[in-house]
Amino acid sequence: MIEVKVLGMDCANCKAIQMLIKQVCSENAIPINLEKIEDTVEIMSYGIMSTPGVVVDGKIAHAGGIPDKTTVLSWFKSSCCPTDNNCC
Amino acid sequence: MFELLADYLVFDLAGLDSSSKLGESVQFFVMDIAKIFFMLILIIYLIGLFRSFISPEKVRTYVQGKSKFSARISAIFLGAFTPFCSCSSVPIFIGFVEAGIPLGVTFSFLIASPMINEIAVVMLLGIVGWKITVLYVVSGLLVAFFGGIIMEKFKPEKWVEEYVWKIKIGETQNIKKDNCFEVRNRYAIGQTKEIVRRIWKWIILGIGLGAYFHGYFPQEWAQSLGDANNFLAVPMAVLIGIPLYSSTVGVIPLAEAMLIKGVAIGTTLAFMMSIAAISVPELLILRKVIKWQALLLFTAIVTVSIILIGIVFNVIL
Repeated sequence: MIEVKVLGMDCANCKAIQMLIKQVCSENAIPINLEKIEDTVEIMSYGIMSTPGVVVDGKIAHAGGIPDKTTVLSWFKSSCCPTDNNCC
Repeated sequence: MFELLADYLVFDLAGLDSSSKLGESVQFFVMDIAKIFFMLILIIYLIGLFRSFISPEKVRTYVQGKSKFSARISAIFLGAFTPFCSCSSVPIFIGFVEAGIPLGVTFSFLIASPMINEIAVVMLLGIVGWKITVLYVVSGLLVAFFGGIIMEKFKPEKWVEEYVWKIKIGETQNIKKDNCFEVRNRYAIGQTKEIVRRIWKWIILGIGLGAYFHGYFPQEWAQSLGDANNFLAVPMAVLIGIPLYSSTVGVIPLAEAMLIKGVAIGTTLAFMMSIAAISVPELLILRKVIKWQALLLFTAIVTVSIILIGIVFNVIL
């Protein structure tokens, strides 16, 4: 199970990125535990200023805007296709 | 090129009468849509490539510790280029405060960022030409510069919510990214798709309204708005524009129609700026970090600066 946190307040982009992560992970059978962090103080403690931010396994993977599917998949590279360099 | 295409589609293929009001409106609509979507996609893509190099986190590091003048200048220019959705304004505000960047500089950034953006610039370039585009950008920069300075005179620190000062943000993390062109290209394409998906309806609606006014705008309205000596026109346009919120995109075609029908440039620019600069949703979000007195003051300062700029343009142009 990979811990994934979406950092962001209640905005359209934050909802969109949550949906996208869920979709990509279910398509590639990657088991994740998705959590939404809405508390400003906690968001700031990750040192990002542009939301939505994404934390994968305790590391900041993304900040600001909506990434494409390939980028999302690349966050999980080590669990989906560690040896396949063409995957993401 | 786009005019020829529109003429062909509307007058030759659809067989509308080129001298009728309907024909004129439809031709205008088709021409603007083709032109704007073409430029929009091209320019958003190029800006997206450029943006893959900057982020608010980098802006913060860059502005931190600079003298106030150069901090403000860089904050404004970076604000004009950095996108952030209004839900990011709180983290950005806190991040700037925490970095010790003066509040006045932060406000300059917050004014510049929504007002000057590539979408507005494309729409202006495509619809009203480069001269007014330059005027719009320059006035946006001026409002951001002086708005921030005036804001500072009121010592807004006293209005910042207590908890903001206590937040210690984590070490700004650099997200590990591949720096190759392929990744940047993918980012830029993703951004283009996302922005176009988000705004295409508004553009069509805006162009539709513009086209409608193009054929049907009542001449008397235009005349009463269009008198440059009528100093009331600018404040009136701004007061109408402040509560409207449409991120400039939908308004620009309307602005074109206003200009064509003889509304003065200053009045039109002021109207557009007032819609872009102040958005009620953003103010409500900022309320989390700063008291309403500061927000009212912020709104008042921006309103007055826009009115002054509008009047100045009306007088000198």
